[in-house]
Amino acid sequence: MKGIEVKNVTKTFQDTTALSQVSLNLEAGKIYGLLGRNGAGKSTLLNLITNRKFPDEGTITLDGATVAENDALLQQVFLINEQNLFPEGMKVKKAFQVTKLFHPSFDEEYALQLCKKFELNTKKKIKSLSTGYQSIFKNILALSVNVPYVFFDEPVLGLDAYHRDLFYKLLIEKYSISPFTAVISTHLIEEVATVIENVIIIKKGTIIKNQSCEELLSSGYCISGTASQIDSYLFSYGSSQELIGTDSIGGLKTAYLLGTPDSSAVSGLEVSQMDLQKLFIQLTNS
Amino acid sequence: MKINPDQEKPIFIQIAEGIEDGILTGAFPEGSQIPSITEFSVNYKINPATALKGINLLVDENIIFKKRGVGMFVSNGAVKQLKEKRQNQFYNNYISNLIEEAKRLGFSSDDIIAMIERGFSQ
Repeated sequence: MKGIEVKNVTKTFQDTTALSQVSLNLEAGKIYGLLGRNGAGKSTLLNLITNRKFPDEGTITLDGATVAENDALLQQVFLINEQNLFPEGMKVKKAFQVTKLFHPSFDEEYALQLCKKFELNTKKKIKSLSTGYQSIFKNILALSVNVPYVFFDEPVLGLDAYHRDLFYKLLIEKYSISPFTAVISTHLIEEVATVIENVIIIKKGTIIKNQSCEELLSSGYCISGTASQIDSYLFSYGSSQELIGTDSIGGLKTAYLLGTPDSSAVSGLEVSQMDLQKLFIQLTNS
Repeated sequence: MKINPDQEKPIFIQIAEGIEDGILTGAFPEGSQIPSITEFSVNYKINPATALKGINLLVDENIIFKKRGVGMFVSNGAVKQLKEKRQNQFYNNYISNLIEEAKRLGFSSDDIIAMIERGFSQ
């Protein structure tokens, strides 16, 4: 079977449970958004999938084979995160050559082209790069490595708006030419909402959603009106639909629900679709 | 053409309607080649699967046709077909909203007709 399968994985650090009985499938050749609040377990999940950390319980397989202690398999995956795995004094250009040793499919020429686009000086030492350029350097590695599974843990950390735009465009271009599985963990939800095909929402160490972005967005709605109108609407439908949150300001109230609005009961009320960020906030606010 | 993720409409429909607008305004004349899925995706920062879904809506309606290995083209008769389609949708897309807001503001149908006539004469 193609893809990554995470099965009943649990990971604890001392007295905190980072992931609890997590099961998840990542299909080959799709762009995923991995969303979760700080400390939800996003980075732990990515570290486990790429074998940088090991689960206490459960299994992770890649294209059907177990990831743990399988070096050949790890050639298929690439993770960028806040860690720098290169020696402190190493220069950017040298780091490309080293990456090529571990990942023969790494396209050095393309990486150098990207450096020009991002105006990254390849003669600079990695440790001397600013936060934004550290991210750019890692993104260039990830976009040039040509492996089937690439994981981006906060790829746009410290990037200015122009560079973020450039990153998303290059990612889509690369993906269009030769599709691969990309998992992007980020807090800038609005920016990735159109880039990703599927969305994974992780909350307190548990996966609460893993479905197509479009499907998730169409599964919820918000309804606004006077507080009494909304309360009576919720009284009628609150039992058949899941209420995920409410907002009130003065006498106006907005309710966020999962389900389909009943067209016969909404006259005079304002029904609108939730965007991904709103939905995320409502689903993860407790 | 503008893609707005905050809008109610799903992105794939926005793509399809953006291309339709391009055909109606003459930006994509009948018989001409339209940009590729990759060009649309990169330019608007949208997932290629979404762009494909939008364009396939137009392919299904024969407004766009694909030539294998060459690209995608605007069909002959696409403008006429799109005008008919938009005419059929005109009431739902424009008039019903207009009447709803008019009622909220206390306008009569005569008030609205007078405004429409004023608009046409300008």
